[in-house]
Amino acid sequence: MVKIRFSSALSNVTHARETTLDLGDTNVKAVLDKLIEQYGADFERRILDKGEVRRFVNLYVNGEDIRHLSGLNSPVKNTDEISILPAVSGG
Amino acid sequence: MSRVIGLKCRECGAEYPAVIQNTCYECFGPLEVNYDWDYISDNISKEKIAAGPKSIWRYADLLPVESEKRIDLGAGFNTLHHADRLGAVLGLKELYILDESVNPTNSFKDRVTSVALSKALEFDVKAVGCASTGNLAAAVGAHAAKAGLPAYIFIPGTIELGKIVQMLIYGPHVIAVEGTYDDANRLASEVADSHPDWAFVNINIRPYYTEGSKTLAYETAEQLGWQTPDHIVAPLASGALLCAISRGYKDLERVGLVDGADVKLSGSQPLNCSPIATAVRNNSEVVPVRNFETIAHSLAIGNPADGYYAKKTILDSGGYAATPTDAEIIEAIHLLARTEGIFTEPAGGTTVAGLKKLVESGHIQPDERVVVYVTGNGLKAQDTLLKSLQRPPVIKPMLGEFERLVAPKIDIHKQQEIAPLART
Repeated sequence: MVKIRFSSALSNVTHARETTLDLGDTNVKAVLDKLIEQYGADFERRILDKGEVRRFVNLYVNGEDIRHLSGLNSPVKNTDEISILPAVSGG
Repeated sequence: MSRVIGLKCRECGAEYPAVIQNTCYECFGPLEVNYDWDYISDNISKEKIAAGPKSIWRYADLLPVESEKRIDLGAGFNTLHHADRLGAVLGLKELYILDESVNPTNSFKDRVTSVALSKALEFDVKAVGCASTGNLAAAVGAHAAKAGLPAYIFIPGTIELGKIVQMLIYGPHVIAVEGTYDDANRLASEVADSHPDWAFVNINIRPYYTEGSKTLAYETAEQLGWQTPDHIVAPLASGALLCAISRGYKDLERVGLVDGADVKLSGSQPLNCSPIATAVRNNSEVVPVRNFETIAHSLAIGNPADGYYAKKTILDSGGYAATPTDAEIIEAIHLLARTEGIFTEPAGGTTVAGLKKLVESGHIQPDERVVVYVTGNGLKAQDTLLKSLQRPPVIKPMLGEFERLVAPKIDIHKQQEIAPLART
């Protein structure tokens, strides 16, 4: 089962801080498609802009930013953890 | 009446009350403080500022803290040095340095932390925290100690020994994380998100925190007789500092304390970790950097959250960005110390090295009034800097020994020349 943790900024659409999906070995895009199916257009609008991950959204697979992997095509294994967090750093 | 209306999304403009929140629930964009500028304009004056405390709190009318209960260790009100000797070396007629190494914990982070911890008290939080490359850790440790709040500080495991010693002395919980700052920051973000009654200064109360850096602009203008510089140079890490300085100058114009805020803003970032500076130089997207190594640990942020805005701010202002090498950064630390008597860490060296490169490339003109922000103290990075110095020879305490061993090596009648700079 892939575990997905949501930022509290998504609570108004996910109404939960985490969920699990059983998709087998897959990729980030397939996980997001499933989450969009589950949580609807409000979820999609917050995460994606014209099919790409929004500038201020960070998606991590096992702690690694997908921008350093293969973006939406980054592979996801059934034991992986995905975090969806706002981009905030430094100061 | 209140000077703070609430928070506002920088991306989509959605508005929120002034609570512990950093992200827009509509678009995930970053939030910033939304002020009542009419109220502020009616209540601020140069005379009121002049009569205020000798710290950042003299500009309280332009900061997002309403309460009088402030955590003020004395950050700010630092000297704007007329850097005539460095200016002469670089060919600049009017160069100033705002020296942040003299703040209570020896970096500019005391400004932002003083604002953030004061706001945290307003929110009546149970604990505070941050992700840090070292300077912020010390600032949060010290201000949390004064506030009587527990602090949780997340750092990458690779930062300088001097910074670790300094942060530990204030007694916070320090969590050293495998990997880079970006890894420590992600973990801290998830911890902050799990503890809504904890205030992580540069995470969930970031909109208030970044406002503290605006005081660098206020202080500069006040010390220039309420005039603005033509050009400033600041270090780039997350990009938040440069954006805040820009807002600071615009605030002053908006409330009528200066006549114009047409300031060119340039940045400097170490070559090996330069996502923002590279984007400025290529006019391209800010591409995060995963693997990097630089001596400028406090600028080593591979995924800069404010990178997009920092790049836009620089280019919109007519500024530019430099990417000095580690060798050039060390050379610049020596140059600053030997011309102006200011000992800075590699972040400050990056800024001075960037200044030099921007002058050489013609992006800064010789007759511009230039202000450079030197943001941290060299004493924190002694292990890095020792490699560029030689320990002095030890002699017996006898005059003959001095003359035989040391005196022939130096011409005591001639002032030592400034060490040559690395050539690009």
